[in-house]
Amino acid sequence: VGFGLIMCASVKYSSRGPALIPRMKTKHRIYYITLFSVVLLGLIATGMFQFWPHSIESSPEWTLDRRSVHDAPLVKLPVSSPIPERGDLSCRMHTCFDVYRCGYNPKNRIKVYIYPLQRFVDEVGVPISSTGLSREYNDLLSAISDSDFYTDDVTRACLFVPSIDVLNQNSLRIRETAQALAMLPRWDKGMNHLLFNMLPGGPPDYNTALDVPRDRALLAGGGFSTWTYRQGYDVSIPVYSPLSAEVDLPEKQPGPRRYFILSSQTAIHREYRTELERLKEENGEALLLLDKCSNLSQGMASARKRCYKGQVYDYPQILQESSFCVVLRGARLGQATLSDVLQAGCVPVIMADSYILPFSEVLDWKRASVVIPEEKLPEMYTILKSIPHRQVEEMQRQARWFWEAYFRSMKAIGLTTLQIINDRIYPYAARTYEEWNNPPVVKWSSVSNPLFLPLIPPRSPGFTAVVLTYDRVESLFRVITEISKVPSLAKLLVVWNNQNKSPPEESLWPKIAVPLRVVRTKENKLSNRFFPFDEIETEAVLAIDDDIIMLTSDELQFGYEVWREFPDRLVGYPGRLHLWDHEMGKWKYESEWTNEVSMVLTGAAFYHKYFNYLYTYKMPGDIKNWVDAHMNCEDIAMNFLVANITGKAPIKVTPRKKFKCPECTAIDGLSLDQTHMVERSECINKFASVFGTMPLKVVEHRADPVLYKDDFPEKLKSFPNIGSL
Amino acid sequence: MQAKKRYLILVSAGACLVLLLFLGGLPVPASRRSQVQRDGHRPGPRWPRFLEHLQPFVPWDQTESEGYIAHMSARQKRDASSGLNQGRRCRMDSCFDFSLCAKNGFKVYVYPQQKGDKISESYQSILASIEGSRFYTSDPGQACLFVLSLDTLDRDQLSPQYVHNLKAKVQSLSLWNGGRNHLIFNLYSGTWPDYTEDLGFDIGQAMLAKASISMENFRPNFDVSIPLFSKDHPRTGGERGFLKYNSIPPFRKYMLVFKGKRYLTGIGSDTRNALYHVHNSEDVVLLTTCKHGKDWQKHKDARCDTDNAEYDKYEYKEMLHNSTFCLVPRGRRLGSFRFLEALQAACIPVMLSNGWELPFSEVIDWNTAAVIGDERLLLQIPSTTRSIHQDKILSLRQQTQFLWEAYFSSVEKIVLTTLEIIHDRVLQHMGRSSLMWNNHPGGLFTLPQYSSYLGHFPFFYAPLGEWPTHSKFTAVIHAVSPLVSQSQPILKLLVAVAKSPYCAQIIVLWNCDKPLPAKHRWPATSQPIIVIEGESKVMSSRFVPYSSILTDAVLSLDEDTVLSTTEVDFAFTVWQSFPERIVGYPARSHFWDANKERWGYTSKWTNDYSMVLTGAAFYHRYYNYLYTNYLPASLKSMVDQLSNCEDILMNFLVSAVTKMPPIKVTQKKQYKETMMGQTTRASRWADPDHFAQRQTCMNKFASWFGTMPLVHSQMRLDPILFKDQVSILRKKYRDIERL
Repeated sequence: VGFGLIMCASVKYSSRGPALIPRMKTKHRIYYITLFSVVLLGLIATGMFQFWPHSIESSPEWTLDRRSVHDAPLVKLPVSSPIPERGDLSCRMHTCFDVYRCGYNPKNRIKVYIYPLQRFVDEVGVPISSTGLSREYNDLLSAISDSDFYTDDVTRACLFVPSIDVLNQNSLRIRETAQALAMLPRWDKGMNHLLFNMLPGGPPDYNTALDVPRDRALLAGGGFSTWTYRQGYDVSIPVYSPLSAEVDLPEKQPGPRRYFILSSQTAIHREYRTELERLKEENGEALLLLDKCSNLSQGMASARKRCYKGQVYDYPQILQESSFCVVLRGARLGQATLSDVLQAGCVPVIMADSYILPFSEVLDWKRASVVIPEEKLPEMYTILKSIPHRQVEEMQRQARWFWEAYFRSMKAIGLTTLQIINDRIYPYAARTYEEWNNPPVVKWSSVSNPLFLPLIPPRSPGFTAVVLTYDRVESLFRVITEISKVPSLAKLLVVWNNQNKSPPEESLWPKIAVPLRVVRTKENKLSNRFFPFDEIETEAVLAIDDDIIMLTSDELQFGYEVWREFPDRLVGYPGRLHLWDHEMGKWKYESEWTNEVSMVLTGAAFYHKYFNYLYTYKMPGDIKNWVDAHMNCEDIAMNFLVANITGKAPIKVTPRKKFKCPECTAIDGLSLDQTHMVERSECINKFASVFGTMPLKVVEHRADPVLYKDDFPEKLKSFPNIGSL
Repeated sequence: MQAKKRYLILVSAGACLVLLLFLGGLPVPASRRSQVQRDGHRPGPRWPRFLEHLQPFVPWDQTESEGYIAHMSARQKRDASSGLNQGRRCRMDSCFDFSLCAKNGFKVYVYPQQKGDKISESYQSILASIEGSRFYTSDPGQACLFVLSLDTLDRDQLSPQYVHNLKAKVQSLSLWNGGRNHLIFNLYSGTWPDYTEDLGFDIGQAMLAKASISMENFRPNFDVSIPLFSKDHPRTGGERGFLKYNSIPPFRKYMLVFKGKRYLTGIGSDTRNALYHVHNSEDVVLLTTCKHGKDWQKHKDARCDTDNAEYDKYEYKEMLHNSTFCLVPRGRRLGSFRFLEALQAACIPVMLSNGWELPFSEVIDWNTAAVIGDERLLLQIPSTTRSIHQDKILSLRQQTQFLWEAYFSSVEKIVLTTLEIIHDRVLQHMGRSSLMWNNHPGGLFTLPQYSSYLGHFPFFYAPLGEWPTHSKFTAVIHAVSPLVSQSQPILKLLVAVAKSPYCAQIIVLWNCDKPLPAKHRWPATSQPIIVIEGESKVMSSRFVPYSSILTDAVLSLDEDTVLSTTEVDFAFTVWQSFPERIVGYPARSHFWDANKERWGYTSKWTNDYSMVLTGAAFYHRYYNYLYTNYLPASLKSMVDQLSNCEDILMNFLVSAVTKMPPIKVTQKKQYKETMMGQTTRASRWADPDHFAQRQTCMNKFASWFGTMPLVHSQMRLDPILFKDQVSILRKKYRDIERL
């Protein structure tokens, strides 16, 4: 940084140099010039020195480092090398995890370090693992190293991932693997170390967690039971199915399929197979019960075939033919079949008591699967039949999404695991339930209303009227006088949009009972009317034009009362409609007096101040600029914005259809009116394309006072002065 | 000389230019480098790409062979594991007998209270809440869950509420059965100095519903973590949250506040002792006092005097209401009263209580309503809270209110939430999804047995992104008088309703003592008429969720209702916009009668209303299910005995769920009079007792709900062109205006 500062200073100085020099004395001139040249040369030299080596150093990033596993250094484990403790079941993030290593971080992202590959052997030279680095673990480590989580700086790392592959316990020598872990330079009782294991335990009792002693290391395990899983510390991960990479199953539309239930697993315990066969006898064709093929020659090919009474089926393609697919526990709780089933968009029927489902910390499996106790296997058919069709379709879609996002590759599995741990360390920046669980199509179509709490605010804070004006002072003053009669008016804010003219002197303004403020804007923009001025202290805002004097006090007060019942909507007076023009194949703006509305004009409308904030800072695309350039359609933009974020229609109050008297409209002239309408139709089409959808909702009702037009003494009505058009 | 100098100047200027170009020409590596240094993420060596073909982690034949190695039956294996997993390793699989719930559903038995046992007020509330719930059974033979009548709330030996000899008392219970299927409530355990979580007696296989439970002792999906509540916590109803409006921007006067005791030494004292580091007496105000206990002077440290002085300067309530975030640090125990106080005050809780299993953590996603801090990172808390975006604050704050009102505002809600969590485990795949628990109206009002499909409820359209077109409705007509003439109102009504293009089917609920009329006596309509003979012929049967109702929308009708097809059509289109509310025609209102100190009922024409009569109203069929299965037998039987008030009860229920008023739509005048009790026939509306009964009903219902759920509305929905001067031909719903 220091270097940069000197550099900047000198550059600044030199650029001024020629102008200064003539005024100096000759003696000084030579002195300065020499000094300057020396500094300059020095700088160039330093610059060369600084930049050159770095560009060499960063070159590995551009060219992939290709090498052989056998190049990895060999490490011999002494027999007496220490063995870690078995792993503490009471470990939780606040006891066994050093959070100081992760530190405060504006990006809220943990840094993960991967140990360089080493080949561990015992004293006689036998490797600690029969497979060494597996393809899957290599994929996983590559994915982490390519991700944002990765750091090669061991001192900055928050999480450490050993390059010792423990995915499959079968191929490991337990004791030696444990010794190798303890040899890692930053092991420190396993603090902040993460191990990935998919196949834990071994014969005969198949433990549900990795048997390798591992001190306090976190375990991302693929077959936890509720007794070995340390909730909030370990991460339950899926068992990766190699078929995910080999077989491409295109996504299938949710809906009923040929078979109702399919069982495709080959290693099912005898007892369960008998029960499945009994179910098959009772329900016939609805159930397809497959087993491995006995007549096929053994080999890789048989993994992709399943048989029923001599008939051969392709696996996993057959999974796409069934609505539900059975995933029973085998020797282990975690089954790779689950991944195949999800890929096929088949709803898994999981029967593995005490199993902790993959990523259950963040995924809502109730929406993607049916979990049945093993004991209830005989009742499976009835249980599944009772699920509504729509729910089955929903679960099929959800199942496929889970596979695509979290199961499909080692990369997906690895990065999901890191994200879960990341969410625990920075919980206030954690991904939400919706982000984890909603498929893209739901994320796109769902609506999360920012004002979701059902709440009718009290009347007392009242509303702030915001009047946008340019120079129609006389009309403005009339509007102010009229609005000031509304009982719930709390404050009046005049937005003075004329930069060339000052607002009238204070003494000339009408005297009203509530505070009146004038804000002057920097530019004459239509958007200024929707700016979230600090002067607006109430949540209710009444946007009103400076020429709207028609509205009675009762109409305005009633509008406010209706807004209180619908604080998340636009509540306005004249309504407008959008229509699909079949001939032109586009949207059309409609201001005729129809039986429907989908917009209200904001020449006078109540709405929540939050929408001002949204309009100013969150309006999608270039809509705001378009509105300011065309000096039109700001109300349509507001209607789009509110409808899009809340999914709700505006409320039209009272029968009023126009702001001006019927005779006044004639002044504008028909042709002007026509171009205006054309432009507004254009706006609708433009906005719909920016939003990517048509958010406006059409309704056929308006809100009137309860006793409106009822045969009842007018003086007893709360809002008698309503009814003119 | 001059030329030489000029040359020199030129050269130096040129050199400068070269330098500039040099710097400008290498912007990519230069900027990359500086960025990299800031993140600490240097693009160093990545994981290498290996040349050879690596082995898969699982050989293709491994899984196949393994299935057959497992020589032990899977069932035997499970039994063995459940034998091993007792006590602290208890889980539903090993310590709970599901078979007890299979026969009679989820029923809860409360042991009878023994004379001489003193029971605290809070525990009395808990027991009363269970006894008043729909889960209660007095027959232990039917029960799935057992609750002790021995007060186990306070297990602090130094407390006056402490019950002695609990061990012996528990062991002597005949139904104890080693604690199997028992639920034990507890608020305080352990005592000074170590505050262990041991209850001082052997709980065996019983489940714990415990406050301040730590993650280490919490048995996931077996225990339930409940909030710490004071003895003044209301039994039912409870206050609403303090949030009245969503101000924008959402920041309040203070950013973060806390006011509480400081313990100086011993367990749980570290965090509170360190709070002064973060306190800035401007927007972060964290106050502690050393003054508590008799001999605080003995332990006081150098900071005590200044802390105590600062402490007295601020008022707790004022801070609570005017702060965006409220710090909830652990006390001696993990949980503290500050948690519920902050939640109610819409002050977003910032948790500093490492290892506390948060209340109802099994179902509530606390990240949506609180900031979970780490005691070890106390100094980062101010910057963390400042980094939270205002949109997030707006949403966190609203969620505190939703959670407070849905699960915490009364002892009854806390108890019911506990029971429903266990109920969900018993229901297994039928249990509520996380979405049901964390969205309005919450788990207590969302009964999962109704349907596992979220779209079948009226609440989840927005989060699901589904906008179902409820294109049709089912009319349910409640018939109580025999069919004698062809001019009876019911026949006119049938014809009018059937003419609606939105009508899918008509169900006549025959609640008349006379036998069913012959089929041919019903008018011929294009929609099917299904006649259901009511078994018990009681009022509540009109709200039974009959399986023959196939549409989401139900139009509930009295037999003497007079309604035109247009009115039905318009009301139905309105209901489509408000499927979670009741949409009806004649409205009624309630008011607080200050003189008599009770709720009053009025059928007068007023400027507002809070109920619509269900003699003619649209609502979602889920409310039929809720009416039948959620409400207690006591209220339903009251309705049946009086043959009255069923509409009031339905309005109470729907408003309690939605927290919103019903919707009144416009109607023809003639109909109004009918409903005002001026019919020619002696209907129930003409009965003078009728009105008094309804007043009594209101007060009875309000006391069961613990609060008055009804909400007033001042508006009525009319067709857009209602009473407009445009030609009547342009109007879609023109009949409504014709007299």
